[in-house]
Amino acid sequence: MSATSTLRSSALQGVACPTPVVDHAKVLLGHGSGGKLSAQLLRDRFLPRFGNRYLEALGDGARVPVEGTEIVVSTDTFVVSPLEFPGGNIGHLAVHGTVNDLAMMGAVPRYLSAGFVLEEGLDMAVLDRVLDAMAETAAACGVEIVTGDTKVVDRGKADGLYVNTTGVGFLSEAFRPSPDLARPGDSILVSGPLGRHGMAIMAVREGLSFDADIESDTASLSPLVTSLRESVGEGVRCLRDATRGGLASALNEIASASGVGVELAGSVPVPPPVEAACEMLGLDPLYVANEGVMVAFVAPEAEARALAAMRAHPVGEHATKVGRVVPEHPGMVVLRTALGGTRVVDMLPGDQLPRIC
Amino acid sequence: MCLGIPGRIIEMADDAGLPVGTVDFGGVRREVCLSYVADEVGVGDYVVVHVGFAISKVDEEEAKRTFEVLREMSQLDELEWMADLADAAEGVSP
Amino acid sequence: MKYLSEYRDPDMARALVDRIRRSATRRWTLMEVCGGQTHTIVKQGIHEVLGEAVEMIHGPGCPVCVTPLEQIDRALHLAARPDVIFTSFGDMLRVPGSECDLLAIKARGGNVRVVYSPLDAVEIARKNPDKEVVFFAVGFETTAPANAMAVWRARELGVENFSVLVSHVTVPPAMVAILEDPENRVQGFLAAGHVCTIMGWEEYEPLAERYRVPIVVTGFEPLDILEGIWMAIRQLEDGRHEVENQYVRSVRREGNRSAQKLVTTVFELVDRGWRGIGTIPGSGLGLRSEFAPYDAERKFGLEGIRAEESRDCHAGEVLKGQLKPYECPAFGGLCTPERPLGAPMVSSEGACAAYYNFGRMKAGTVTAS
Repeated sequence: MSATSTLRSSALQGVACPTPVVDHAKVLLGHGSGGKLSAQLLRDRFLPRFGNRYLEALGDGARVPVEGTEIVVSTDTFVVSPLEFPGGNIGHLAVHGTVNDLAMMGAVPRYLSAGFVLEEGLDMAVLDRVLDAMAETAAACGVEIVTGDTKVVDRGKADGLYVNTTGVGFLSEAFRPSPDLARPGDSILVSGPLGRHGMAIMAVREGLSFDADIESDTASLSPLVTSLRESVGEGVRCLRDATRGGLASALNEIASASGVGVELAGSVPVPPPVEAACEMLGLDPLYVANEGVMVAFVAPEAEARALAAMRAHPVGEHATKVGRVVPEHPGMVVLRTALGGTRVVDMLPGDQLPRIC
Repeated sequence: MCLGIPGRIIEMADDAGLPVGTVDFGGVRREVCLSYVADEVGVGDYVVVHVGFAISKVDEEEAKRTFEVLREMSQLDELEWMADLADAAEGVSP
Repeated sequence: MKYLSEYRDPDMARALVDRIRRSATRRWTLMEVCGGQTHTIVKQGIHEVLGEAVEMIHGPGCPVCVTPLEQIDRALHLAARPDVIFTSFGDMLRVPGSECDLLAIKARGGNVRVVYSPLDAVEIARKNPDKEVVFFAVGFETTAPANAMAVWRARELGVENFSVLVSHVTVPPAMVAILEDPENRVQGFLAAGHVCTIMGWEEYEPLAERYRVPIVVTGFEPLDILEGIWMAIRQLEDGRHEVENQYVRSVRREGNRSAQKLVTTVFELVDRGWRGIGTIPGSGLGLRSEFAPYDAERKFGLEGIRAEESRDCHAGEVLKGQLKPYECPAFGGLCTPERPLGAPMVSSEGACAAYYNFGRMKAGTVTAS
């Protein structure tokens, strides 16, 4: 960065960054976006301190040995604002999110804990709606919320409500999808159309508001995973839900973990209103968050069975193939354009920003 | 610069003297300032919108005409290519 | 989406590419001015498939990329003030100033908000009478009418806690700067379709004449870009140098008169610095003195804030098309999208960011970081 800046420090009193941007003396929003900054935070600050082989696998959950078998533990914290949005509320996300993380590891979700940070002044009616959503969703997913905690913080903190859910799930024999198992030749499938959750939230954010027939896709992916386990079994190499950072981030993470290249075909499924909203704001649907879509890497001979397994469920009825694994450009995700050109689909440094350019 | 996308005016109104409208972009609707196209548009017309402002009315006739020209051009190419193939098959150089 | 999706037809695109390749008898060098056009070209791989027929040089058409360093620093100063709500288009948030960017200011407690339309910023001012709301008015001629209307409207509605930090630039002087440069290699231009929607193309006719370059007013979708390239190549092959309009569905020769009128009512031509290029006389817009109460620079006394560009950053040469991003010594090392030195690496259609991804793939040897 410029060492020769003649910027008068008094003009920026109290704001002059003591260290260059690269070292990030403060936590930035980008650190939570699921892109490169998040990965850097994890790698540079968390792993060195907590390091152990369960954590280092960096799966959606951790597979740990228990008395001769293995269970999966996963945790997720939900900080969405606004708390209520088209298609659901933070409660739906809190249950589906952890249920899905467990399912992505191949586990059948069984028990959840729920920890709440409530802001002083939060409307009880809002809390009730969130709790109703959690109760309903947990029942529908066949999980029980068996323990929890509640704290209240001063007005002005916690955006109304933050919730963390931690889940435990049980693994079956020989079904161990993992982000490092993808191999050249594997087929890459998505379970549904992309971008609904992220754009549903955008639609209600101040300064960007627009009116759209877009609802969050929050849903449990566990039934799809069960069907995949039953009809494909070991042919399922990796599963990942495409949450923050969208499909692009999920693919990059797997490409990286497995040391393989990913090649996407020309187009991925995006519902027309999501496409329109993205066009308006200059956003790329590949990077928009989903809460009910997963990507599955499967052995090529299992492709048809895997698609059929997912399509048998309402949540997966539009499951489709989007690409394949290649030995070239390991760790990179590349898209072949309709013209025959190539475009690298990299991880974004932070959140995707609407643009005018 | 200049992310501008076409949308259809579905409603027009006046916001304290400012001509505004609701524009539908393939299923997404937003309020748009129509000041710069006010004299030439009505409900049902398409406009190009940049940062919440309609900057032009889409000339649908022109759009159709030039698109047809483009389409013809691509089909002509196919015919030429097929002719080249036929010539090659007969041993005639294209 | 109507009038959008049909211009993405892949079969027609391939046919156009083929036609361009077959009609070029030698390699031509074209520049697309607008960042939005660069975005489409890189995203679709158009520059890749045109191969030996055409070299596309990405022009300085990204208002994000050319906003002078000191304007960014002034923005940072304002955003840091506790009494200010700083509003901006999303693109500007990650542009590095001398020491940080707007996102970092936000992290330190600055009230920084992204808006879609400048009128949204006026609305925020109305809803927050106890705060000063500043809007970062950047852009080319396309955005000037919207920014002008925001100021006009604020005055009409008596919203006094609203002001704009202006960093507007105009296209023709930039094209002249490029054409006047002795090392210029650009033989033809794709003019920016939405800039011309506002301004028309009258002002490009003397340029085509004086510098003997074809200028084709072009849209933003793949078929638009390809058709524009094809029209430019045809002119070059024929030895013509005219202004032609590809983007007929939106652009007329006189442009949008009512938009032009409000822009000249609110703004006047000023000298403007272009990051990495330097000052180009008469290339910018500034608020007229009768709108001084809405000028954030005057309201907050920012004239004293000055800045010097990093010597490691070669954005200027890249923006003028004289250096390919990967020829810059800082490229990929000192300067990456996570740690950008200059704006062409920040903005996703800045030339450097576009090449960062594409180039790494071409090199083949580099794995994802």
